[in-house]
Amino acid sequence: MNIVPNPRSGLLLGFLPFVLIAAIYLLASAERRAANPDDKLLPPVAEMADTVRRLATEPDRRTEEIVLWTDTAASLQRLAIGLGVATLIALTFGLALGVLPMVNATLGTLVAIISMIPPMAVLPILFIVFGLGELSKVVLIIFGVAPCLIRDMALAVARLPREQLIKAQSLGASSWQVAIRVVLPQIMPRLIEAVRLQLGPAFLFLISAEAIAADAGLGYRIFLMRRYLSMDVILPYVAWITLLSYAMDYALARLARRGFSWAYVEERR
Amino acid sequence: MSALSLRNVWVEYGDQIVLERINLEIASGAFISVVGPSGAGKSTFLRLILGQEQPTRGTILLDGTPLPPEPGPDRGVVFQRYSVFPHLTVLRNVLIAYEFEASKVVGQLTGKARRDAIAKSEHLLEGVGLAAHRDKYPSALSGGMQQRLAIAQALARRPRVLLLDEPFGALDPGTRAQMHALIRPLWRELRMTIIMVTHDITEAFGLGTRLIALDRPRLDPHAPGRHGAVVTYDLHLSRGGPVPIPRFSKPLDSKSLDSKSLDSKSLDSKSLDSKSLDSKSLDPSDEQANARERRQNA
Repeated sequence: MNIVPNPRSGLLLGFLPFVLIAAIYLLASAERRAANPDDKLLPPVAEMADTVRRLATEPDRRTEEIVLWTDTAASLQRLAIGLGVATLIALTFGLALGVLPMVNATLGTLVAIISMIPPMAVLPILFIVFGLGELSKVVLIIFGVAPCLIRDMALAVARLPREQLIKAQSLGASSWQVAIRVVLPQIMPRLIEAVRLQLGPAFLFLISAEAIAADAGLGYRIFLMRRYLSMDVILPYVAWITLLSYAMDYALARLARRGFSWAYVEERR
Repeated sequence: MSALSLRNVWVEYGDQIVLERINLEIASGAFISVVGPSGAGKSTFLRLILGQEQPTRGTILLDGTPLPPEPGPDRGVVFQRYSVFPHLTVLRNVLIAYEFEASKVVGQLTGKARRDAIAKSEHLLEGVGLAAHRDKYPSALSGGMQQRLAIAQALARRPRVLLLDEPFGALDPGTRAQMHALIRPLWRELRMTIIMVTHDITEAFGLGTRLIALDRPRLDPHAPGRHGAVVTYDLHLSRGGPVPIPRFSKPLDSKSLDSKSLDSKSLDSKSLDSKSLDSKSLDPSDEQANARERRQNA
């Protein structure tokens, strides 16, 4: 508890588990290759690198598009629209639920119940109603993410000291002014944190929807390649998805600390 | 003008009576200290005037018109904690009051209006000695500085009544003394009515021009909520009067005050006089004990 790594050894320690996992993979892969030259389960790193290079630079023979980038763009677009709309819905409803007791009385229970509906269970409905195109996938992400975000926002508003809302009113603020000048800026850091936590579920819904019906996308590709046991594609794609969501999480964390430094004064460094 | 009158005000939560039969005429420009044991409805009393709570029965008038049922800019407030906005710098904490006033839709000012509002805010911050800290966030300020900021903020809209809810309760004695020295000239200069709830008897006697004690005189052990708190003492603290307060020896401006030092239903003045003869030598804690004893005697 009291032995603390210095910055350099901390970095080294952070890398250690990655090195270990890589070493284990290399050993296991080499061993399986030695036993069976046609092994598909753990392809050697060189083979995977070659596949990635092909996917990332050469156009597909049939569609004339570069597969990796087409897939990434398609998936990120769905994710961005889904998360963006969900965030806007959450802000609007969360603020209204938290600030206005009348709205909370009307919609509070409804939101609580909707957030308990398993989103995957309504996916067939979405496919029937919105068709197999982009819309149903985006709606699935919104449906899966927004209720949690709304409840989180309403709770964040409720956590604000009542004194602050009273004080603002005693300075002449209307409910609207309290919402946009006092409440909104104070729940923004929590909103960003909530979105960070919902990145995982958002990817889950995205990949599920793509696995069932799509013509491009990261999830679509993985499930397509499963038929050919192409671990040399699947493994890099999983790593790529992980890297993307980690990068988004990191970017959001930085954004929160840069934009709302007042909220992180007491954070332990 | 900012005279308050409470007429037969009752506050009940369900079958629990918190305040009953509150009848008070508060003169414009008075500095009222409200004391009383915990749970005697001091904060409820303050929230009534703030508009955060409504009386179950009775009426409250501000300059003859009934109080609106919500907080508004004619009644400023400073709480013990959470009074300032943590997401705004010191200057913006004050500026926001002018922005609420002038910009109904976006709550932001631009151009000349903003510059004027900033000048006014800076003037207020100078008044409470925070001009040098205008760009800091409240988390970087000490407790006393935060309360000074809360006061500057509350004064921005020139409220007719300023409500203080144990404003100095969380401060150390030295800082508290500084705050006392700050609030008195502000009160005198701005000629507003101040109502301060406090646990500190010395502070209550030393700052106020009138002291109101709330307590439950009757207690039914089988139904503790049956009887509410009433005004048990209502003392007009004339500075020429017989009660010198240690640490507050300098008299306050007394021109607006009633010359009679006690009202009829409170304790008899003889016992107060005899106590006051030796109270000069007492330290504050003794003074508190004394005040308590006096209440019991009566």
